Amino acid sequence: MSDLLKKDRDFVVPGEKLVESMEYLPGRNCFRDGDIVFAKKMGLVNISGRVLSVIPLNGIYMPARDDMIIGEVTDVQSNGWVVDVGAPYQAYLPLSGIRGYLDSAKTDLSKVYGVGDMIYGKIKMVSSTQSVHISMFDRMCRKFSGGRILKVNPAKVPRIIGKSGSMIDMIKRKTGCRVVVGQNGVVWLEGDCPKTEEFVMDVIKQIQDNSHVEGLTNKIEKVLDSGNFPARDRVPDEGVEYEKD
Amino acid sequence: MKRIDGRKADELRELEIEAGVLRNATGSARVRMGRTIAVAGVYGPREMFPRRLQKNEKATVQVRYTMAPFSTDERVRPGRSRRSQEISMVAANALEAAVFTEDFPKASIDVFVDIIQADAGTRTAAINAAAVALADAGVPMRDMICSVAIGKIDGTYVVDLAGKEEDASVCDFPVSYMPNLKKVTHMQMDGNITKKDMEEMMKLVVKTCEKIHKAQKEALEKRWLK
Repeated sequence: MSDLLKKDRDFVVPGEKLVESMEYLPGRNCFRDGDIVFAKKMGLVNISGRVLSVIPLNGIYMPARDDMIIGEVTDVQSNGWVVDVGAPYQAYLPLSGIRGYLDSAKTDLSKVYGVGDMIYGKIKMVSSTQSVHISMFDRMCRKFSGGRILKVNPAKVPRIIGKSGSMIDMIKRKTGCRVVVGQNGVVWLEGDCPKTEEFVMDVIKQIQDNSHVEGLTNKIEKVLDSGNFPARDRVPDEGVEYEKD
Repeated sequence: MKRIDGRKADELRELEIEAGVLRNATGSARVRMGRTIAVAGVYGPREMFPRRLQKNEKATVQVRYTMAPFSTDERVRPGRSRRSQEISMVAANALEAAVFTEDFPKASIDVFVDIIQADAGTRTAAINAAAVALADAGVPMRDMICSVAIGKIDGTYVVDLAGKEEDASVCDFPVSYMPNLKKVTHMQMDGNITKKDMEEMMKLVVKTCEKIHKAQKEALEKRWLK
């Protein structure tokens, strides 16, 4: 076990040797050449048993099946919508991907989702030719009205969500803000007043910038507790204008 | 032998690398080798346009190398030139060899390198900057790429030619090298040398690239872990 060239959580750049042995397997963001396992991306080494992987620190979103994403409708076509999910490939939401029956000959599809609408959907399929299909069948799927959009580094999304949602649940609970995090690094949030929203955006940016810090959830909890923002049921400060839907 | 700027024959110019200098790029880097400064920005992998240039099985690495009009003592005409097209192509080939292009079929990875200040060795500085920017962008790569030029002045091999040395050298030998895989991704030669010369120069390339690699890693670590 001592033949490992890197320790857990070590910083590596692409091409760094992790181990020179067939005892270990290359996991996510690693590759094998001969009997050497190399890092494929810049990030932190993660050793779990005999599997070596690298947790990336930056990167773009690559669509994967069953991912929940937030995308912007960029085009309305005769039988579906083109959605930008921030991936190198356009995603398509076909008519068959939405709930209920719609006769495309009789309905104006842009009334359902127009250009510029933000939607919360699920990746239904990524074909081998890189065509990405979205569906809105999931219970959570919807079109957003109101709120704010925040774009974060897609590589940091797991950190923002936390282990089984611990981080994001804490933010929601403590601020009363409604937050949805898409796997593609787009965050939608809506609070009771603009001040709360700005505070939450700031907290999410802090998580993004300090994702490598251990015990981050506790640190963020302190930030949330010290936060000066009107709580959910409190009347917002006078003079602060806000809209309610 | 003493060089114009007082360096030893196998010594690099002062090397300074900073990652993450451009806010809107996926990844970016600024490399200063002596008085040569290169800024690189990586965008993507993203959808490739025009679509007819897409490759069905892999991504394309597109490099655009330009020199700023104020980068030399005589004004450089902005825009593409024969020289910048050549260096763009050479750099694209040098980088593409290291990138896992097969992970992003049809996409393009766009690298823009601008030379802010030039004092010989702009292509090596450009490739060094682009490699850091690619790693900074989280692009999967086989290895980092380090690039350096070797010359021969008065029978001595000199590393990282600067300024007037380039004119005095009997040859200019820029090489891009992957230090972990020990592979060369780009090699050019201009001048007259023997086989023995080349073997000696390659030894210097390997030695120098290890130093560059260390600096590249430190820059990225500083950027992401503070």
